[in-house]
Amino acid sequence: MQLGRVIGTVVATQKYQGLEGIKFLIVQPLSKQRRPVGRPVVAADATAQAGPGELVFFVGSREAAQALPETFVPVDHAIVGIVDDVYTMD
Amino acid sequence: MYIGRVSGNVVATIKHEAFYGHKLLLVEQLGLDGQPTGQYDICVDVAQAGVGDRVLVLDEGNGARQILKRKVAPVRAVVVGIVDDVDLAGHHSS
Repeated sequence: MQLGRVIGTVVATQKYQGLEGIKFLIVQPLSKQRRPVGRPVVAADATAQAGPGELVFFVGSREAAQALPETFVPVDHAIVGIVDDVYTMD
Repeated sequence: MYIGRVSGNVVATIKHEAFYGHKLLLVEQLGLDGQPTGQYDICVDVAQAGVGDRVLVLDEGNGARQILKRKVAPVRAVVVGIVDDVDLAGHHSS
């Protein structure tokens, strides 16, 4: 699970069955220091409450689909929490 | 699995219900030299680990679900142990 910043929304009317009602957001993965690393990904929002600008944590691979109401769906990234704060040593 | 160093606590009020009641830790992956590799994971903690601890991280969904006793859970990374010692071909690292 990684930290990410929501940088946009995706609208898709025609979707694979099981994805109806799922919100898709564009998420920029972040380093531990919260700097952008790698390419942005499209992630399903399993919290249904995230929005642009928010710091979130997301899960990748097979586990992403398990965050959704329908667990056998073609999804490879899902936002599973909205981060209030990260307390680090440095 | 990999060895990491707990470098922080993550607080999230709004999260998937599989995470309810679990502490979230930010864990940096360590290389063989004991230095951070730059990779990290946000992990569910089941080992009572804290900031500064060297820990064993499981990064695999099936095992994670088994630990959480759930058939379905969007969880991959779990802190499953606190490392006391690593012995590398006779070289001591701590």
